[in-house]
Amino acid sequence: MIVFAVAAVSNRKMLRSVIYLLFVLVGVAGIFFLIDYNFLAAVQLTVYAGGIIVLMIFSVLLVHHIELELEVAKPLKQVITAITCLIGIGVVLSTIYTHNFNVVENDKLTTTADVGSKMLSYEAGGFILPFEVISILLLAAMVGAIIIAKGKKLVNKTKD
Amino acid sequence: MPLSITKSIQEMLLSMMSESAAYYAAMVVVALLYLGIFAIAGLFLVLLERRIAAWFQLRIGPNRVGFQGLLQTMADALKLVSKELTGTDRADKFLYNLAPYFVIISALMALGLIPFTKEFQAFDINIGIFFLIAISSIGVIGILLGGWASNNKFALIGAMRSGVQTISYELSVGLSLLTMILLTGSLQLSEIVEVQKGGWLIVQGHIPAIIAFMIYMIAGTAETNRAPFDMVEAESELGAGFHTEYSGMKFAYFFLAEFINMFLIAAIATTVFFGAWLSPFGITESIPWLGVFWFLAKTLLLVFLMMWFRWTFPRLRVDQLLTLEWKYLLPINLVNIVVMAFIVWQNLIIQI
Repeated sequence: MIVFAVAAVSNRKMLRSVIYLLFVLVGVAGIFFLIDYNFLAAVQLTVYAGGIIVLMIFSVLLVHHIELELEVAKPLKQVITAITCLIGIGVVLSTIYTHNFNVVENDKLTTTADVGSKMLSYEAGGFILPFEVISILLLAAMVGAIIIAKGKKLVNKTKD
Repeated sequence: MPLSITKSIQEMLLSMMSESAAYYAAMVVVALLYLGIFAIAGLFLVLLERRIAAWFQLRIGPNRVGFQGLLQTMADALKLVSKELTGTDRADKFLYNLAPYFVIISALMALGLIPFTKEFQAFDINIGIFFLIAISSIGVIGILLGGWASNNKFALIGAMRSGVQTISYELSVGLSLLTMILLTGSLQLSEIVEVQKGGWLIVQGHIPAIIAFMIYMIAGTAETNRAPFDMVEAESELGAGFHTEYSGMKFAYFFLAEFINMFLIAAIATTVFFGAWLSPFGITESIPWLGVFWFLAKTLLLVFLMMWFRWTFPRLRVDQLLTLEWKYLLPINLVNIVVMAFIVWQNLIIQI
């Protein structure tokens, strides 16, 4: 996974980086399978591998020609990026190594029914409020997308 | 996860080697078994398609190689294996070679979940149907990549059309299966079959189930890129669409994947709507191994239905295709889910 992650950012052909990114995301789904969290693994496969990557491939297909290669950044930029990345890795690794993880014995399979009832429960620890807020956000985003896509036609119609 | 055939093979191997070795060996054996069976089954589906096409068009069809042409597609496959693998100039070689594997691997992975009988199911995961949908959404990436990496404008157009079509119709497939999930209350395929012991789901759910089945078959045909939705290939306009530049074995992968996907769509429909390996009215319930026969009979009937579509309806235009999905199938589907929820709530299910 780490090899593919590095390949995804260092490759100069755009579509190839997208494919390496796909391998990384499928790898994450594999980790979910290993910890027996099947539902999340399938969500990962559908949403990221099946949805987002396909959208990315579409946008690459529309703008990119097969012979184009991405430009290599200037040396100064490269150095600055390398330093920020190293700082980021340092912060993450130091927190991971200083934190005490509780080893949880997980022998219970989380079923889809559990996930669903937790999502809609309004008792303590339920997720009904975030769930509804996200639904409204999604609806607003969809209406917005339609207005942006059809913008001119709607304006012309109101003028007539 | 109960892995029935994996388990029985594992126990058989356990007498010969240590436990962990038997575990991995069983997996390899099951994988090879499935690969072998479905490579051959795919070839026979091609033959079936050609014979049925000939029948519909009042021709004879391939009947020279072997008895009634049974070995025709075997010979074709051998020919394809021996052919040179060609490629285009300045194509992206890495992606070009990778693309067929996406398509064939996603098709074969999904096969492992299909319950042929109570025992003959390789991977009975608790999110069964959702996993099938997830896997089938990956196949389209291979098509898009193949079209783009070929460096050919016809292949690219074919791939774009395929992408648009598959993404749109995936929604309908998912939602029509969701309608049936309301009845079963479980995503696990073996439990879905258990529920159907009191009547197949298409009988239990009567009107909304029949609507869901019709939507599923339309969307399923579109998702496998078959006629009348074969805008992707459209021989008269695009050559052969996204796989124009592929030859030899790589072309065979695409071709085989198409037929395995068709079988898969029919197999899922059999499992969800027609009671998988259950016999009608339980007439052969005492002989469990006959389940395979019932399963294959139902599946092949649905495959025949899809071939029937192909030779009956003319090809749709791209805009008609998208109108059909977004303006008709999707709203009908959403209303249908509400109707089904009402029926399950009021317990208006037909039980035998």
